[in-house]
Amino acid sequence: MAVATVPRRRRSYRGWQFVGPFMIVFALVFLAPIAYAIYLSLYRNRLIGGNAFVGLDNYTQVLQDSQFWSGVGRVGLFLVVQVPIMLFLALLVALALDSGRLYGKSFFRVSIFLPYAVPAVVAALMWGFIYGSQFGLIGNLNDALGITLPDPLKPSLILASIGNISTWQFVGYNMLIFYSALQVVPKSLYESAAIDGAGQVRIIRSIKLPAIRGALVIATIFSIIGSFQLFNEPAILRNLAPNAITTYFTPNFYAYSLTFSGQQINYSAAVAVVMAVITMIVAYVVQLRGTKDL
Amino acid sequence: MSRFLKVAAVASAAVLALTACGGGDSSSDASGDGGGATVTDAQVDAALQKGGTLTVWAWEPTLKDVVTKFQEKYPNVKVDLVNAGTGDKQYTALQNAIAAGKGVPDVGQIEYYALPQFAIGKALTNLNPYGAESLKADFNPGPWNSVNSGGGVYGLPMDSGPMALYYNKEVFDKYKIEVPKTWTEYLDAARKLHAADPKAYITNDTGDAGFTTSMIWQAGGKPYQVDGTNVTINFSDAGSQEFVKVWQTLISEKLLAPVSSWSDQWFQGIGNGSIASLATGAWMPANFVTSAPAGKGKWRAAELPQWTAGGTASAENGGSSLAVMDKGANKELAYGFLKYANDGDGVQIRVDGGAFPATSKTLADPKWLSTEFPYFGGQKANEIFAKSAQNVVTGWSYLPFQVYSNSVFNDTAGKAYVSGTTLADGLKAWQDQSAKYGNEQGFTVK
Repeated sequence: MAVATVPRRRRSYRGWQFVGPFMIVFALVFLAPIAYAIYLSLYRNRLIGGNAFVGLDNYTQVLQDSQFWSGVGRVGLFLVVQVPIMLFLALLVALALDSGRLYGKSFFRVSIFLPYAVPAVVAALMWGFIYGSQFGLIGNLNDALGITLPDPLKPSLILASIGNISTWQFVGYNMLIFYSALQVVPKSLYESAAIDGAGQVRIIRSIKLPAIRGALVIATIFSIIGSFQLFNEPAILRNLAPNAITTYFTPNFYAYSLTFSGQQINYSAAVAVVMAVITMIVAYVVQLRGTKDL
Repeated sequence: MSRFLKVAAVASAAVLALTACGGGDSSSDASGDGGGATVTDAQVDAALQKGGTLTVWAWEPTLKDVVTKFQEKYPNVKVDLVNAGTGDKQYTALQNAIAAGKGVPDVGQIEYYALPQFAIGKALTNLNPYGAESLKADFNPGPWNSVNSGGGVYGLPMDSGPMALYYNKEVFDKYKIEVPKTWTEYLDAARKLHAADPKAYITNDTGDAGFTTSMIWQAGGKPYQVDGTNVTINFSDAGSQEFVKVWQTLISEKLLAPVSSWSDQWFQGIGNGSIASLATGAWMPANFVTSAPAGKGKWRAAELPQWTAGGTASAENGGSSLAVMDKGANKELAYGFLKYANDGDGVQIRVDGGAFPATSKTLADPKWLSTEFPYFGGQKANEIFAKSAQNVVTGWSYLPFQVYSNSVFNDTAGKAYVSGTTLADGLKAWQDQSAKYGNEQGFTVK
């Protein structure tokens, strides 16, 4: 027995030498911040009275915080409405490009992908100008045509307006994922399908969609995480519509406001941890459902 | 795997240990400098002659010239002027540095509304032991009152923002609108203007905490009462109600341009006449010149409309001080710089650069008073600002957590601008949210 354990031990030690550098970086860059956030969330630092250990108090407070849940509800709604629209559009474009019947294919591909290359902050600023109902594009349209378009920055429309920005920005990115997945499908399958008398719709339904199912699941999970982390657009549009976008508009923006205007770092850490758990659960459920009989 | 977990545990434990140190530090020297030894002018002078390095965090543009001249006068001192952001952004950086206990500057620019929050957080040095009290007569009462907090002097006033009404004379003349003397007349002017030109508004407002509190201040309201950690917030006093009455009408009748201040649309509106007036601080002219050049020659300054006819009341809007940070290394030197920049030779340098002073001597200077503003068609606007500065209503105080409170103004009172919520209810919601935060932070808020 003793003889057998020695070489095994040496081998495992050598293995650690190889993964060691990675593990150190991984621990410092990924694990330490998470551990630190959890540590912070167990304390409460007050202007009067200083820092004190409060156990899970911050978590109980988060779970009862109506502002936090209204933010979660908002990104939930965003997820349910915006993500399907965006993925459907991206799929449509990818199938159109892949069909080979499109004139100027590479031009379309590049121009639809282009918004993704625009930095998110710049995109939000740009759309802010477009949405301006006084002196922005909407305002100009109202003047030129003598009409009154609804103000995209009013409280009832602001979420839809943000959804529009996200869709514009990420259709191209998702399209590229789908399109590259479609490229891998062997052309011979299409030929044999055509010989069997299958039309385009049938080919899409029976060959193309099943073939890119993995890509669909991945794109959906990325979009879920993206929706839950909604931050840039509300943060920037808030300068233009301060009353439509509250400081707790999305959970991420809430965590940001708590930290930077209220110095409630500990509570903010608890919000971040709870939101991370919610995101993980939702993403995991979608992944399980999506890959069930793959 | 177990070894890997150990590495992670060690790494996070190290982080924890570091932060524990940082946390403990800030509470230990709680009431350190209140009764500390006095520092004489001679000691400050000696520090200036001996020299050293000073780090100053400020965004005020004219300080650059002050630093140059200061270093010429005291060649042994090296001043490192850092722009760590404007307003909130700088406070965030400053608070982070204080929490970390590292990288705290010697001197920081802090606006009056934020000063109590830093003072109560023990982040600033009480300047009374340095003889700051003797400088009282050099400053206007408004700004001087603003740097006093809880029995200490926590900064020297750098600039101030006595309010005035700026209006577009061209637009007012075109529609034969008189310059309003009272806020009731202002309301009439708003109606008349918007009826004559549906694209033009008397002013813009999408809910601005600083503006609202300044208006209530002018109306004689005192919604904030601060006595140590006992705080009262009450927006149902007479002054607040008076503001609510007029402003609710402006909102209900849609007489306010739905454009946020400092946005691109705002400057366009100022330039093209669709925003016809602004009630704001005396620091505004420089912004007109740089950001709304199209309005040059069309705008004028006037005294702030009154809540009671024939009154002269005014209020401050904005303005900032320089403060010596408690964590700073060389406080005598830092105080020397403060005195130079805000009380000594620095004042004239900054006034020449276009800043609005807080010193009473400058306000009485005939040369300064007779300065003509090309943007205002050659008007001697400083006369109006100086008068406003002398008529600031006394007794106003901000909350010791005003920075937070202002940040949730639009969540609460802002609702009045975009929905059926009334401004009175909005202010009540603001009051409640602020009180909730205050209590959570260990204050006793009523």
